[in-house]
Amino acid sequence: MTDFLVILLSTILVNNFVLVQFLGLCPFMGVSNKLETAIGMGGATTFVLTLASICSYLVHTWILVPLQLEFLRTISFILVIAVVVQFAKMFIEKTSPLLYRVLGVFLPLITTNCAVLGVALQNTTKAHTFFESSVYGFGAALGFSLVLILFSAMRERLAVADVPAPFKGAAIGMITAGLMSLAFMGFSGLV
Amino acid sequence: MLEFLSQHALPAALVALGGLALVFGAVLGFAAVRFKVEGDPIVEQLDALLPQTQCGQCGYPGCRPYAQAIANGDAINKCPPGGQTTINAIAGLLDVEAPELDAEHGEEQAVQKVALIREAECIGCTKCIQACPVDAILGAAKQMHTVIADECTGCDLCVEPCPVDCIDMVARETTLKDWQWELPSPNGNLIATDRVQGAAA
Amino acid sequence: MSEQHSTQSTPKIWPLHGGIHPPENKAQSLTLPLGEIPLPEYLVLPLQQHIGTAAEAVVKVGERVLAGQMIAAAKGLVSAPVHASTSGVVVAIEKRPIAHPSGLEDDCIVIETDARDEWIELVPCQDYTALTHEQLLEKIRNAGIAGMGGAGFPTAVKLNPRANQIIDTLIINGTECEPYITADDILMQTHAEDIIAGVQLLAHMLGQPRHLLIGIEDNKPEAIAAMEKAAAGTGICIRVFPTKYPSGGEKQLIQILTGKEVPHGGLPADIGIVCQNIGSTFAAWKAVRFGAPLTSRVTTVVGKALQTQRNITALLGTPIEHILRQHGFNPERCSRLVMGGPMMGFALPTTAAPVVKTTNCILAPTEAELPAPTPAQACIRCGMCAQACPANLLPQQLYWYSQAQDYDKLQAHDLFDCIECGACAYICPSNIPLVQYYRASKGQIRQQEADRQKADRSRQRFEFRKQRIDKAEAEKEAKRLARKRAAEKAREQQSTAETKPDPVAQAMARVKARHNSPEHSPQHQREKLERAVASAEDRLRNAREKEKEKGTVTNENHLSPIRFTIT
Repeated sequence: MTDFLVILLSTILVNNFVLVQFLGLCPFMGVSNKLETAIGMGGATTFVLTLASICSYLVHTWILVPLQLEFLRTISFILVIAVVVQFAKMFIEKTSPLLYRVLGVFLPLITTNCAVLGVALQNTTKAHTFFESSVYGFGAALGFSLVLILFSAMRERLAVADVPAPFKGAAIGMITAGLMSLAFMGFSGLV
Repeated sequence: MLEFLSQHALPAALVALGGLALVFGAVLGFAAVRFKVEGDPIVEQLDALLPQTQCGQCGYPGCRPYAQAIANGDAINKCPPGGQTTINAIAGLLDVEAPELDAEHGEEQAVQKVALIREAECIGCTKCIQACPVDAILGAAKQMHTVIADECTGCDLCVEPCPVDCIDMVARETTLKDWQWELPSPNGNLIATDRVQGAAA
Repeated sequence: MSEQHSTQSTPKIWPLHGGIHPPENKAQSLTLPLGEIPLPEYLVLPLQQHIGTAAEAVVKVGERVLAGQMIAAAKGLVSAPVHASTSGVVVAIEKRPIAHPSGLEDDCIVIETDARDEWIELVPCQDYTALTHEQLLEKIRNAGIAGMGGAGFPTAVKLNPRANQIIDTLIINGTECEPYITADDILMQTHAEDIIAGVQLLAHMLGQPRHLLIGIEDNKPEAIAAMEKAAAGTGICIRVFPTKYPSGGEKQLIQILTGKEVPHGGLPADIGIVCQNIGSTFAAWKAVRFGAPLTSRVTTVVGKALQTQRNITALLGTPIEHILRQHGFNPERCSRLVMGGPMMGFALPTTAAPVVKTTNCILAPTEAELPAPTPAQACIRCGMCAQACPANLLPQQLYWYSQAQDYDKLQAHDLFDCIECGACAYICPSNIPLVQYYRASKGQIRQQEADRQKADRSRQRFEFRKQRIDKAEAEKEAKRLARKRAAEKAREQQSTAETKPDPVAQAMARVKARHNSPEHSPQHQREKLERAVASAEDRLRNAREKEKEKGTVTNENHLSPIRFTIT
């Protein structure tokens, strides 16, 4: 039990995938303009990450390892992730057309989100068990969503604030992200 | 079979990946059928953003045909009465860039206009009544015609058909009911910023 | 009576959230007693002095009216009538400048006063308990009473809550929190008994609510003493609480005295509370007991640009320039002429504007008293505005979104719950005119909503027109089809039935026969023409002979008609 709590704490705060490991920065900067979009993206990524990390674990353990095909890790994980993302896309398009339209091109781009592949690969390098893999994936997604929501709330306020002309838009966003990253460094050493 | 595959990497790889692809393809195929999406109510949403002047300046006979055209891929910057605000709103809905208003279709009016018929010159021909897209002109053949100011959208379509040219487009007056306070102009800003008044997030 | 109204031994006062303590400046106008001014030459009575629909004039130009006569009737439910404040002749019903920040004009009835001050016959009432609720409401409505604290909501509507709203608390607002204004203060000092009688009247009309409270700030000791003396033994509680601006706002006072909050977008009646201004209560009592309509009100005339500063009983419709003249107004020393107080008042565009039902103060400050606003600086995000807001809003966020014109976010932050009290602008260290931003944004949002409704209407009309035209086309098409089918059917019948003689062929045969008849031979025709020429020559000869006999008319004139017919 504490094991899972430690994994969760580690993935959400200490080794946050976006602010500490610097993975998944594309949707982090691209979708964080509005809070509703960010929440939607967070939900979609959680769905994809959890499912993808479980499926990757299964593929790795039951197909790649017995056939001694570990070198096919990357390509088969990409295959798994692409299928899960496509499935998620169809599901979201059906259940919430508004979210689908709002996310736009960033929904299929979850496939190229290095955080997703990163989780899958880290599960194999760290030799997690099935439950550890799924909790790791879920925690990573929670950390990603947390930071995305915090960042988008800040960006909404920055958009209406008196930002000097050279800093408007992505520039002030990057600076803010850097400051957030500095803040998250404070968690290092916790677990 | 398993021993053979575990000895030989190439056939094993082909079988593994091929098998995975087949399985996943089946899953996706099932999902495509199960989660099929019909139609697209985007035309309604686009129509709700257009100003409903029904003036035809965009080249379409009314706002709804233009909404349909936008849904089929037409440019979104053809509506002068809507102005830049409408273009931005449509761009936000479709998640595309917001272009400038296409000057070919007309200029954005600063002041709202209303049609006014000079009753002394009206001959009761009903040509303007037939031209008005929102039926805002009251009258009948050989009877006096008059514009219902509250329903007039300022689209300008009645001015051309009038044979005695007795219709003027006058600026809408501000009455006590629709007078508003103005936004104070920002002054004393110490930080140089090119933020345009009214640029929303 | 005292069993019905509970009196707590230690009344609880809830603190107001936020609020500020601007300098009170109330002493200047209380040194002199309540005064009166001479009659003005003209009274200008706007038809709209209240919230709701404007009243409609019921008198004509040239008509003589008596004091207290109804000159404009209420229109609709949320409306109030207008009465002549003194006797005189109606000289005009036209657009005149009114006390509105826009400087626009509105319909007014202008009365030229005669100095006689003749009143209509008033209908007093000794015992109002004998009248029904409807009769009492009718009296108050016909007296033209509206909220005199500054809002102007018709009192008769407020005193008629819906059947499902049980009123359990009546609050009388004697707070008068705004600096400079002392109109309600002096009214309480001079007419305490009438006010208490008015409270009892209102309590009777609202079905005897359990709590009768009068809220007064602690900076009015004489008023409190007078009211407590008058209220002794009646069961009406005088609740005194610490002075803070803006405790006098309706929602704020309700929260201070009862701890309850009026729900967002709701009315006090929704939580069983009715709040009335002390001036309106007094007017309601006069209306029912003496039958007197609302024709005057207490107005504070204050400011260092005036020689005399005091409260006066001003007749409604008195032009403000008349009042200023009576008090020694010096326009050069005056920085801005304000109607209302320094927090919620507005600068008067013209002194020709009249006193109306909601004019509680005329402020004529010097430059030192009310200096021009310092230029605004950048917001430093200190958050003092949120601390000061009595409505628990986030003025800083409202400011940012108002500048960006982000209407969705403004409504999400409850922009319309702002009472525009000005506490946030007062306390802002950067002197940002926050209330102006909120007012402008509220106007823009309302305008946007109005535009959307108009656009919906236009769309409906457009679609209906399309339907109408399509239907007309369809009917025409159907008729044409029906005719075509009928014609085809007729042709079919004709071909199958016996061949009837073709009428066209018959006609042609007749013509041919006529041509070939002996009467139509060339010989015959020439003889006919010769006969015609002979008779024409005879007629010409006769005409010429007649003309020679007459001898006056020339040949030309006679012949010209003939010439025209030939050509």
